[in-house]
Parts: sequence; C-alpha cells; structure tokens
Amino acid sequence: MSEFATVMSVLFAAIFTNNILLTNYLGMCSFLGASREVKTALGLGAAVVFVLTCTSALNWLCYHYILVPLDLVYLRFIVFIVVIAAFVQVVEMIIERLSERLYNALGIFLPLITVNCAILGVSLFMVIREYTLAEALGYGFGSGVGWVVAILAMAGIREKMVRSKIPRGLEGAGITLIIAGIMALAFMGFNGMMTLN
Amino acid sequence: MMIPFLIAVGVMCAITSLLAVIMVIADATIGNYGDVTITINGEKSVTVEGGHPLLSTLKEEEIFIPSACGGRGSCGLCKLKVLEGAGEPLPTEMPWLDPDEVASHVRLSCQVKVKNDIRIEVPEELFSVKQFETEVKAIRDLTHDIKEVRLKLIEPEGIEFTAGQFVHFEVPVYALTDEPVYRAYSLSSGPTEHGEIELEIRYVANGICTTYVHQHLEVGQNITINGPYGDFYLRDTDSDIIFIAGGSGMAPIKSILHEMARTGSQRKARYFFGARSVRDLFLLDDMKALEEQLPDFRFIPALSDPDPEDHWEDETGLITQVVGRHVEDASQMEAYLCGSPLMIDACIAVLREKGMPEEKVYFDKFS
Repeated sequence: MSEFATVMSVLFAAIFTNNILLTNYLGMCSFLGASREVKTALGLGAAVVFVLTCTSALNWLCYHYILVPLDLVYLRFIVFIVVIAAFVQVVEMIIERLSERLYNALGIFLPLITVNCAILGVSLFMVIREYTLAEALGYGFGSGVGWVVAILAMAGIREKMVRSKIPRGLEGAGITLIIAGIMALAFMGFNGMMTLN
Repeated sequence: MMIPFLIAVGVMCAITSLLAVIMVIADATIGNYGDVTITINGEKSVTVEGGHPLLSTLKEEEIFIPSACGGRGSCGLCKLKVLEGAGEPLPTEMPWLDPDEVASHVRLSCQVKVKNDIRIEVPEELFSVKQFETEVKAIRDLTHDIKEVRLKLIEPEGIEFTAGQFVHFEVPVYALTDEPVYRAYSLSSGPTEHGEIELEIRYVANGICTTYVHQHLEVGQNITINGPYGDFYLRDTDSDIIFIAGGSGMAPIKSILHEMARTGSQRKARYFFGARSVRDLFLLDDMKALEEQLPDFRFIPALSDPDPEDHWEDETGLITQVVGRHVEDASQMEAYLCGSPLMIDACIAVLREKGMPEEKVYFDKFS
C-alpha cells in the first residue's frame, strides 16, 4: 500500500472500526457531560479534533526526537501530558485574542479537554502502534472525527430523549451509558470493513 | 548508575522549563491586552490592566462584588450589568442567567474578561463595600452551640455600616475546603464601634464556616472579611416595632436595639426570641439593660421545649403561637425578622393574619 493509502486507512479505521470513544471508551467524562445539546457537543467536538490532530503530531516529534534517542521512553506519559497541557493553554490564549466568536464557540472548551483521556490515549496508541508522522496525524484527526461522530449521535439522541419517559433510576448518566453501550454494539458492525494494525 | 537517572531528570526539567518559557512569552505577548478603561455607571472611569476577569479586576480597584465561589462560575452571585464591550454571554454563564437578565446584559463578572474598554453598571450600595484585614480579639461561648467572635479591624481601621447589615467572612483553606469560601454573618456590634466588630456564629454539623469557627479559630489569628451588605435595617418611621428572631438571628437585632438606645429612640418595641430551652437563651443581661434604657421595650423569650429542670414560668410554645398571643392588631406596626426560612415564613403568615401589610415586614433569612 502506498503511504497515502495507509494514512487514509488509519484515518477511516480511527473513525469507524476503532472509534476511540466507542471501542476504547476513552474521553467518557466530557462525552457524558457535554452531550446534552447538539450545539455544545459540536463546539467541544471541534476543539477535540483540533487538539488531537496537533498534539498527536507534537507528541510524535517529542517521542521520536527526544525520548527515543535518549532512551527515556518510560517518561512518555508525563511528557505527553505536559505537552498537551501547555499546547492547549497557548492555543486558548491565541483564540481568545483573535476572535471572540471562535472563543465563545470553541475556546472555552479547551481547558476542559486538557484532561480528556482520549487525547493522552491517542498519543500513547500512536506510539505503541509505531505510526509514522503522517499516520500519526491521520490517526489523531480520525480519532477526533470519530469522537465527534459519537458525541453528535449521542447529543441528537439525548435531545429527542428529553420528551421521553425514562425510569427514574436511569435518568441522566444511567440511560446515557446504556445508549453508549448500544451505540458501541452498533459500531461493531463496521468491524471487518478494515483493520488497524 | 547515576547517569541515566540524571539524564531523565535533566530532560524532564528541560522540557518543562521550555514549555514554561513558551507560556510566559505567550502570556506577555498574546495575553497582554495593555491598559483598558472601565466606565462605571456612566460617570466614573478607571484604567486597569486588561486580560483579567472583571470580578478580580474590580477587586483590585476596591469594588467588591459579592461572590461565594471565588470566581469559578459555580455560585452565580457576582452578577453585574455589562452594557458594552464584553460580547455575548458565555456558555459557562448561561445556567445562571434567565432570559430577562440576558436581554438586559447581565453577566457573571467572574467569567467576563476585560479585553477592551467596557461600560458596566454597579449597584450604588456596593461602593461602600470594602475588604478588611482583621485580627480575632475574643471568642466567647454564648450558648452550647453559638459563639460570639470579636474582630479587631486592622486595615482599614474603621467600617461604616447600618445596624442590621452583614459581612462576608472568608474561611481559609482547611480540612473541609480546598479553596477559600465566603459566608455571610450579621454584625451584632453597633455601627459606632468603628474599630471592632462582633459576629454570632452558630455551629452547624459539617458547615464549612461554622466548623472552622467552632473548632479551629483562635484568638490572635488574622481573618479577612468584606462588607457591609444587605438592606435589613431599621426604617425611619414612628410605627411600633415587632422584632422576631431565633438562634443567631439575635445578631442584627441586637445591633439595631443598641443603635435605638444610643440615638434615644422613643418607639415602642417588642422582641420575641424563639429557643428550645433555657440553655439556648443568651445575652439576657444585655436585653434587661436595653429594657431599662429604651422607654418602651420588652424582650419576650419563648421556649418551645423547656427542660423540667429549667423551672420555666414565662412564655412557652412555638414562636408563632407566642407572637399570636401578644399581638392583637398589627396593621400599624413594622416587623423585623431574622432566623431560619421556616421560622420566618411561619411568622410572616401570623403577622399577616394580624393585619400587617406585607411591605412592612422586613426579614433576613439564613440560607
């Protein structure tokens, strides 16, 4: 397979067959917390795509040019987290400076996702799976899009669900987790379409 | 052996310091908004350093907006009208704002960042609110669960307030809280004792502030307060007065009564104080002295559940029953109530039955 085809297959696999949220159950807390409205979900989702794409590339560079040569691979957890946190902070400042509308739509979600485990998860998976930089970028972007697809679907369902009768004990997080489980089963239907190494 | 260890530490330090330097540079360039002007109520304008939340910026300018959470957007108290220069309300503010408030440009001042010149509206009474550094001068047990805390004002040295108002007490970080919190307490001292103030604080199990005051606070310690706040004060009329209080609701009424005695008020006043048994009564000598100083004042304690060994022969029953027995026609009177919401609501109902117009009932609910 050509380089481009590999990147594309990694990208689509990250969206469908290996959806970071529905197959790895990463990034659950903001998924549960911000999926009440489609509009909020979209804002948060856009921020996740952006941060995932950028941090996977940044962390790839850190890993291959600093940690591997110095034989400090075991430091990856803390280095990745620090890089993510600093990157998010700086991006937040830039967005706040540049555009008030962009800040209102996306910027205020940035601090929230510093601690989103999907972000760290993607950086760690990309290292374990030994991706090239291009593949890592594709994987980061694809995972972000996959996360958006999942949270948008959930927000859509929850907006409809406002009017339905839910047993009292299941209201809120309970029913949301059950729906997430059913969605995960549905996404298993994509399995076999393609595989990630 | 040591070298890999040193390399690891060195690399980690290098990465974090590099990122820190980037952040500092970003803060000084991207995050630097220069000086901006805040116009307050269309008349006063102040020049401040931009880029910080409005709440803390105003605090720097010695304008204190009431806030209980310390600026995290989780209490919804620091509302202000921002007329110009702040854009649309953020999603983080929306849970606290109703549609009318959004339409009239009310914002949470802790969430609004001052990035350019803005125009705001601050209620007049907040201008007299200041922050005070104090030192605990004395702590006294009034009953088994109420403590009287006396604070000496250090900076500024005096406070201007009206008898009946309250202050916010800052509870520092300790076992029960990982951030400073603010709780409101009425001033029980009179407004003429400029250099010192007095609070009455009743113990509530697991209450953040009450636990702190009852179990940790010591004489000589420094405490920060800000205030005064509130519109619970004696209205300037000639009507007869009914005071009703329970527990530490004593505080503002004690302050009002002393102020009446000091100014030589001639008004007729009855003070109904609800308690469970004799061990919940306090400041009886003080009340006796006030009965002698004021021309027509009576302190009427009412016990709902006196112990047999109390040998109580005065009023018993719920405070509402006692008020009902003593007051015939309340249509020309004013009432000042301070205590738990339940007690206040029940008393308002009784007073209305006795003909008191609703706008003549002033109250300070504990919540």
